Amino acid sequence: MSSAELTGQYYDLHEHDHPEGGSTALGFWIYLMSDCLIFAMLFATFGVLGGNYAAGPGPKDLFDLPLVAVNTAMLLFSSITYGFAMIAMQSGKKNLVLLWLAITGLFGAAFLGIELTEFHHLIEEGAGPQRSAFLSAFFTLVGTHGLHVTFGSIWLVTLMVQVGRFGLTTANQRRLACLSLFWHFLDVVWIGVFTFVYLMGVLR
Amino acid sequence: MADHSHAHGHDDHGHGAGFHASLKDYVTGFVLSVILTAIPFWLVMSGAIADKGTAALVITGFAAVQVVVHMIYFLHMNAKVEQGWNLMALIFTLLLVAIVISGTLWVMFHLNANMMPMPMRTDGIG
Repeated sequence: MSSAELTGQYYDLHEHDHPEGGSTALGFWIYLMSDCLIFAMLFATFGVLGGNYAAGPGPKDLFDLPLVAVNTAMLLFSSITYGFAMIAMQSGKKNLVLLWLAITGLFGAAFLGIELTEFHHLIEEGAGPQRSAFLSAFFTLVGTHGLHVTFGSIWLVTLMVQVGRFGLTTANQRRLACLSLFWHFLDVVWIGVFTFVYLMGVLR
Repeated sequence: MADHSHAHGHDDHGHGAGFHASLKDYVTGFVLSVILTAIPFWLVMSGAIADKGTAALVITGFAAVQVVVHMIYFLHMNAKVEQGWNLMALIFTLLLVAIVISGTLWVMFHLNANMMPMPMRTDGIG
């Protein structure tokens, strides 16, 4: 038996087609699931420490629900405008994609601006992360989400430059689809944040 | 040969995530999300449900439904994408999330209860 025959039995010599990026969507999804676990840990931490105010201010003294509602609206608007960008992408309208991405970016920036204002206000009032276990857990959880939105926004701007320069190439479409998953995923995490941190906090 | 198959592969996999987004999906998801967000905010801000435990349970329910709405209409989740591997990964992750969160709360709050009468706790605050 020749060596060629031997290997032929065990190895597929005629390689199947593995298109570039063919497994990206699943791989990116797995990454999002691992990110989900990070947030689960932070939610669990907040669940344990959320009531330990160290005789400091509690959620009722600190949280401004109308502001949180506006923030939630910003993120929800940015989700649907990203959806519009994806629809424009499918019909190959490059300029429309860029327009919707820009609008999405503005909503993202508005969300971050409101969140930073809130954080600034809290720290100025002496309710910074070092004040109590509740506030440490609050800043870690909400801050991690905000950091994700920040990096998502940087990614968004990067993709706008990419699409602007190279058009809606296959690679760029794949990247836009990944950012779509990331962006919507952050909105899903925010549902948990406004429900369990803000609304439940005020309920306590 | 390599070049040919490469180009062919590109054509076959135009859309990275393997879904086709529709306007109807996004608008449906958006409208449902607005409703499912507005109700819990209103419940808490108006104090419509006097019992805090019930109110907490109700807003948790709204959050759970909204997560499903986002999964279906925004993340285009179904059993067909990537031959169901996306869904499998999601279910596995949700299982882990449930174990991590409920396990943590269960253990820590029992610990809290057991620690209460310790002499170092003079203030009586949990």
